[in-house]
Amino acid sequence: MFPKGTKRKFSDAGEEAVGGGGGDQGPSAASSSSSSAAAARQSLLDMSLIKLQLCHMLVEPNLCRSVLIANTVRQIQEEMTQDGTWQIMTQALAAAQCPADRLVATEVLCRQTDPAAQAGQSPKPFSEAEQDHLRADSRTGEQVFGTFEIKHPAPPPDPALDELFSDVDPSYYDLDTVLTGMQSAPKMGPYDLLESLSSHGPTALSSSSSCRSDLNELDHIMEIIVGS
Amino acid sequence: MAGVAGGNDFQWCFSQVKGAIDEDVAEADIISTVEFNYSGDLLATGDKGGRVVIFQHEQESKNRPHLRGEYNVYSTFQSHEPEFDYLKSLEIEEKINKIRWLPQQNAAHFLLSTNDKTIKLWKISERDKRAEGYNLKDEDGRIRDPYRITSLRVPVLMPMDLMVEASPRRIFANAHTYHINSISVNSDHETYLSADDLRINLWHLEITDRSFNIVDIKPANMEELTEVITAAECHPHQCNVFVYSSSKGTIRLCDMRAAALCDRHSKFFEEPEDPSSRSFFSEIISSISDVKFSHSGRYMMTRDYLSVKVWDLNMENRPVETYQVHEYLRSKLCSLYENDCIFDKFECCWNGSDSAIMTGSYNNFFRMFDRNTRRDITLEASRESSKPRATLKPRKVSTGGKRKKDEISVDSLDFNKKILHTAWHPKDNVIAVAATNNLYIFQDKIN
Repeated sequence: MFPKGTKRKFSDAGEEAVGGGGGDQGPSAASSSSSSAAAARQSLLDMSLIKLQLCHMLVEPNLCRSVLIANTVRQIQEEMTQDGTWQIMTQALAAAQCPADRLVATEVLCRQTDPAAQAGQSPKPFSEAEQDHLRADSRTGEQVFGTFEIKHPAPPPDPALDELFSDVDPSYYDLDTVLTGMQSAPKMGPYDLLESLSSHGPTALSSSSSCRSDLNELDHIMEIIVGS
Repeated sequence: MAGVAGGNDFQWCFSQVKGAIDEDVAEADIISTVEFNYSGDLLATGDKGGRVVIFQHEQESKNRPHLRGEYNVYSTFQSHEPEFDYLKSLEIEEKINKIRWLPQQNAAHFLLSTNDKTIKLWKISERDKRAEGYNLKDEDGRIRDPYRITSLRVPVLMPMDLMVEASPRRIFANAHTYHINSISVNSDHETYLSADDLRINLWHLEITDRSFNIVDIKPANMEELTEVITAAECHPHQCNVFVYSSSKGTIRLCDMRAAALCDRHSKFFEEPEDPSSRSFFSEIISSISDVKFSHSGRYMMTRDYLSVKVWDLNMENRPVETYQVHEYLRSKLCSLYENDCIFDKFECCWNGSDSAIMTGSYNNFFRMFDRNTRRDITLEASRESSKPRATLKPRKVSTGGKRKKDEISVDSLDFNKKILHTAWHPKDNVIAVAATNNLYIFQDKIN
């Protein structure tokens, strides 16, 4: 990753734009810097979404890190909403409905529909690695999350069982539902995460709550087996 | 202080280094916490493998009085083992997150050590005598034939080789859903607090099956979570006061006399953001990784990614002092975000008189700031400058285009060599610096 401080030319250009240099520039410089800023912002968004998805595949996600990355994504989303690029991206997402390679398709679509990105440098070396990473990880994501799916429907409520589990602390399971939507759909790509993070994402929320009860049920069963 | 130009300035010299020299570092050997005890006689380290190693300060030898005594291994024990949470199918790491000593009350030493979920109270005691001359058994321990016992004798205590035993006296478990990041012993010496990402609990040292939850910032709906607790500490003198820091760069001071649940702070410390330096990384770099009260109890110090700030407890709206640790990294934040270094949690510490503070950086550099003279120095913990009593040479990172001789450029810094944990002796100018799997001990030249 960054073993001995190798110099990275592109990221330095992206650094100033994303890192908020805040210097005064002439009008011509301003327009080119804003397009590179938009590209840098997009690459930061992609990077953050990958990090979020990856950290939920780890053994136990570092909550502080997850929260900081999610807040960064929200910030980018807010800014993109303000300057209209967010709407363009969500429309492109809606247009491209292919499930498996959704990410690759949206990457391409976003780059094409965003004239600013075309003008500036598109972070190709970075996104290729990203996409490979993503495809590999969405497969393992299915493997990991697949085990949590319960095929049979929930049994009718049994008063004896309810009493047995009455003292189980539901907050125990809440760690799994940080940043709701993470475990809802195994095939969900990073842009779905955006849906669930923002306030306008009702579908993601409802699917996650059903998964949450499935998860609770699995945990209840595990508790019986473990005998705790 | 800092070994810059002469006069009464101290000069930091290499004293000792502990740990393997191997280039290949075993993950389990990475030091995760360093702490002197109250007298400075004992120095404890915890590592990722769940082990605790305690070093003891040997008395200066009479032959060479100008040399301070050395720290040698006193006790080593396995504090925490890896565990498995069956309910969540998750492994619980054995890494020691924090060690805190209890003030010494008798011949034995006590410390608290914690991993992500469980805190343990360890008793470290010496045994240098054993009883000999039992009536009913031999020296080997075999039971003597009762018919052969013709006289009675009183067993006598005979000296033996010093044996240091560590035994777990209390285990405080099952109180934290999230990862424990801090423990802090209260000034009443009876209670202590433990903090995880969302909650802080108050314990009594004698009681393991109950703890009081005193702070809970978990939102009813986890989707609304935007802030976590990053560190907490008890006030050194006022047993009702503690502080906790957050990932948004704020510190809350709470008074336990006000209410049972201290969700409402008594004081709220936050520095207003500088709008000209706002970026997407502003929040991440403002996240506080460590908070420490001064020994006097009048000030507290916080460490965020790029700076150390000293706060006067009587002034909430801004710190009284700000020290830049490695400002040259500000233009590299995107890369540091990409390689996750931006999430590194550096600690900071005060010297015994609160006149100086120390914190770590990358490339095995660590920084010291003299609060009175406002001078600062960058030193390096490396094997190259590890000759006995060799004075450490100040290091400098070149930020401009022209790199002077002996300076190192930002792009040449090794971001895998990070100094996250440092400790300052409570009374003397002796410091312990953890560099991955090695522990460096430095002392000032002037006694």
